[in-house]
Amino acid sequence: MNQLGMFPLISLIIFLPLAGAILIAFIPSRFQMFHKQLAFVFSGISFISSLALMIFFNFNSPLLQFMERHEWIPQLGIFYHVGVDGISLLLVLLTTFLSLVAILASFNDITVHTRGYYASMLLLETGMIGVFVAADMILFYIFWEAMLIPMYFIIGIWGGPRRIYAAVKFFLYTLVGSLLMLVAIIVLYKINISQGGMPTFEISKFYNMNIDASVQVWLFLAFALAFAIKVPMFPFHTWLPDAHVEAPTAGSVLLAGVLLKMGTYGFIRFCIPIFPDACNKFALFFIILSIIGIIYGALMALVQTDIKRLVAYSSVSHLGLVMLGIFVFNIQGMEGAIIQMVNHGLSTGALFLIVGMLYQRRHTRMLDDYGGVAKAMPNFFPFFMIITLSSIGLPLLNGFIGEFLILVGAFTARSIYGVLAATGIILSAYYMLRMFKKVMFGPLDKKENASLPDIGNRELAILISVVALIILIGVYPQVFLRSMDASVENLLQIFLAKHSIMTP
Amino acid sequence: MWGLAGLIIIFPLLGLLINLFIGNRLSRKWIGVIACGSVALSCLATIVFAVLFHFNYPAEGSIEANWYQWIVSGSFVVDFGFRIDWLSLVMALTVSFVGFLIHVYSVGYMWEDPGYRRYFIYLNLFMMMMLMLVMANNLGLLFVGWEGVGLCSYLLIGFWFEKHSASEAGKKAFIVNRIGDFGFLLGMLLIYREFGSLNFNVIEANMGEHVASQIILGIALLLFCGAAGKSAQFPLHVWLPDAMEGPTPVSALIHAATMVTAGVYMVSRMGFLYEQSPYALMIVTGIGLFTAFFAATMAVVNKDFKRVLAYSTISQLGYMFAACGAGAYVAAIFHLITHAFFKALLFMGSGSVMHALGGELNIEKMGGVKEKMKWTALTFVIASLAISGIIPFAGFWSKDAILAAVWHKYGPVIWIIGIVTAILTAFYIFRLVFEVFYSERRVEEKTWDHAHESPPAMIRPMMILALFSIIIGFVGLPFKRFNLIERALATVLPVAHGTEVSVANEIILMIIVLAGALFSIYLAFTFYMKKRNYLDTLLASFKKIHHVLINKYFVDEIYHKIIIAPLWYVSDKFLYKIIDVFMIDGSVDGIAHISRGTGKYLRKIQSGNTRSYAFAIVIGMLLIFIYYFWKIHKG
Repeated sequence: MNQLGMFPLISLIIFLPLAGAILIAFIPSRFQMFHKQLAFVFSGISFISSLALMIFFNFNSPLLQFMERHEWIPQLGIFYHVGVDGISLLLVLLTTFLSLVAILASFNDITVHTRGYYASMLLLETGMIGVFVAADMILFYIFWEAMLIPMYFIIGIWGGPRRIYAAVKFFLYTLVGSLLMLVAIIVLYKINISQGGMPTFEISKFYNMNIDASVQVWLFLAFALAFAIKVPMFPFHTWLPDAHVEAPTAGSVLLAGVLLKMGTYGFIRFCIPIFPDACNKFALFFIILSIIGIIYGALMALVQTDIKRLVAYSSVSHLGLVMLGIFVFNIQGMEGAIIQMVNHGLSTGALFLIVGMLYQRRHTRMLDDYGGVAKAMPNFFPFFMIITLSSIGLPLLNGFIGEFLILVGAFTARSIYGVLAATGIILSAYYMLRMFKKVMFGPLDKKENASLPDIGNRELAILISVVALIILIGVYPQVFLRSMDASVENLLQIFLAKHSIMTP
Repeated sequence: MWGLAGLIIIFPLLGLLINLFIGNRLSRKWIGVIACGSVALSCLATIVFAVLFHFNYPAEGSIEANWYQWIVSGSFVVDFGFRIDWLSLVMALTVSFVGFLIHVYSVGYMWEDPGYRRYFIYLNLFMMMMLMLVMANNLGLLFVGWEGVGLCSYLLIGFWFEKHSASEAGKKAFIVNRIGDFGFLLGMLLIYREFGSLNFNVIEANMGEHVASQIILGIALLLFCGAAGKSAQFPLHVWLPDAMEGPTPVSALIHAATMVTAGVYMVSRMGFLYEQSPYALMIVTGIGLFTAFFAATMAVVNKDFKRVLAYSTISQLGYMFAACGAGAYVAAIFHLITHAFFKALLFMGSGSVMHALGGELNIEKMGGVKEKMKWTALTFVIASLAISGIIPFAGFWSKDAILAAVWHKYGPVIWIIGIVTAILTAFYIFRLVFEVFYSERRVEEKTWDHAHESPPAMIRPMMILALFSIIIGFVGLPFKRFNLIERALATVLPVAHGTEVSVANEIILMIIVLAGALFSIYLAFTFYMKKRNYLDTLLASFKKIHHVLINKYFVDEIYHKIIIAPLWYVSDKFLYKIIDVFMIDGSVDGIAHISRGTGKYLRKIQSGNTRSYAFAIVIGMLLIFIYYFWKIHKG
């Protein structure tokens, strides 16, 4: 039962794209136009439906809302059980929004095998949404793995010259982590039964378990490895630049915008409430890795010559900040981390869109090939500028809200964390403005750049919608922060109640 | 009603939105009218609110108007709220009034530029951010304005982005400011940790609580780090001279009159905190006076018209910080105001000359410009008298107030640095006056033929500023009764007690300053008008010093050598190429290679169809999955 009676809103959001994918699969490959339009329509309806989540969401409840629970394999305690709370709500919205944008951005980009492509995109959307709404561990795991396959194809078929290498690397990396996670899930299940519990995979049931601290460590590490690879945390990050460089634009957008968030989301959803002792024990370790990630990622971004690699490394830096926010275990850090996941999805997703637009016109990703583009594409300029600034964390744009809250949280926990993390704000300005200058400014002295066409209406629509959100979050973040208050407080309470921690 | 004070920042926002969305359909004239009009409305609104405030003066001296809660997370709250008191009103008035005049001037100056509309959009955005900065009732919102003006500065320095040096200078300004903001941000975090809020009133109210003096010192220095970035104080001064790449009205507005004074404003605003830490005050005065002197020495030798003015600005900002550190916040703000008028005017004068001489900046290629530009010359001389501190021009009163405060707090030895700087100031500024306007003409004939006085849109604002450069000093006459500015600002800013300098003492100090300035004007006159050959002799005998000065003490080169180059080297050669590519990624690939080598059949699968490969993995996964379930279910 949920606030909409029995209306299965979440199932609708999850399975609309799947239905679209199946439909597209039946349309002959010569009707390219239909593939695009169908994908757009199904993804669009899914997005609009997800807005209803925001409208009917009860801000005061920390519990799962819009819950649906149906028996699936009852003997094992496996249920089809979905719902959203304040932590997943924004991520679901981010996913449906970015999927729609990514599909729209592919219209001119993808010309071969459109049927397979758009079907993959929609399958991917289903998988991503499913990960965020699953309330059952097995369901979570299925979506988690299911989403890998379309992404693998998107990189491997529609990617750049080294696409096979990148796709396999992406796949193997993720798989290694997730198999360990599967083992850990099963062990958890067995422990629960051995403690006399009913057989269940319901995530929140595990929140109330008492697991021996030494066992926690192993289980935690198994989960953490899967998530840390996904984030990616230093030193598990090297799959990311390769995957981004080879992926088509839409793939990069969803990879950076949504897939990476699954790692950080996993830490919040699983590690902190289920393994509080282990989290506490490893907090310092993860904080150090996060801070290394922030600085290291930024320094890597600084020296890149390929725009996509640059943005990929900047993700390592930004996600380091998110991880730091999670592992300081206070409300500002946690809320900052969640809002920063959304922010990073928007800004970095948008950066990849921007790079895609440039690439489509100029067929190069090398910084040195550009220069003076602001002159050739004056309408493109303000959007690129705003998105760059959002990534730098300029106040009144979204990035600042997350960064600032995370820094408040980190500094409150221990001032040195705040100090080290804040170096990221200098470095991010350095590498982003370096990139911006190399692409947009300077004389328009290369004749290939002089004739670049300015952005068209479709691109304009994409950029306006992203930038509008960037400004909305920056100017009035309360809409989003308030929605997560109750859930985050509840989560931290669960954590603190089970473990009267000292701040690391 | 007080919430409407937000209109002061809304008007420029409206102006920029109109020009942004429908400006492409408007004529140049209307774009200019909207841009200037919106700032004029801000200025009027400020006056209205000043009058209202005067007649509804609240007992606590300030009024808060919150619009909404901007960021809330747990106990951390940042309001989108304004504070109305005499300090914010005086600042807003100065900013909007000078800003309005510079907007009008810009219409004339930028009329021919293809980026006319873009220029005014940036300029209005700047006004909005700057006004937000001075109206904010908490450090968080102040920081919004703070970064916002930094952004506009970046955009406007690099306005002619096709020029390599311009876009490079913009980037440099942003990054150097970010280094300062790093400190500012940490200062805010520390304040939140200690005082639980970023609101000025709350911080001040909790000030009495036992916060360790080292913490106060830490906060004060971190905030000052931000101020030094924004106000171009040593060692973060390097961006301001390069910022002269921007259009000249921008230099006048942002890099002289308003934005760069934000640091002084912020330190004054937090004066109640600085007062708790004598060490912090000493450091502020130390950096301020050192910078004042240091920058003035570079201004003496530089040959670039605008850069001389830029160093002059750095130097004058140093004075303002010296005043802050001496506890004379009122004097700092007073000098900030007078400086806004005369320095804006000096820049406008330089712009007017550039406009006439086809963009020439080298003062060695000028001379005798007065013949063709009477009004520019006249107003420039007035501004020069004001900055030199000649009685009764504006700068005299404010500089005198600062020097008296420094004398009183730190004694004659420190005061002497201030005096020497004042003497250098009069010298370098009159060097400009003589070199550009009065000495023998060295302008190329072709350029000279086209030279002309600037249009009225430029000259009229200059006349108004000239008028204010003469009279604005009278709001701060050094006699209690007539010192309007002190009476107003003392309601907000801390005022040192028992520091009244005796009248006789005050007059003696004034005379010394005045004599020094007059003497150095005479020197400049001798060198640049009468005996130009003296100059060559002088140069020959101080070749080494001149070399150091003209190269700006090699600060840029040093930064490059010890910070930027190593950072790049380590990042690229070591971290990226060795750690990332070779070690981390290499080991991953290595593992893959080994496992690939173990069986040839694996290679067959891998080099084959990607779909079948993925399919195999999925099947394999499912098998493992099913196996475990089966096992668990049984056991």
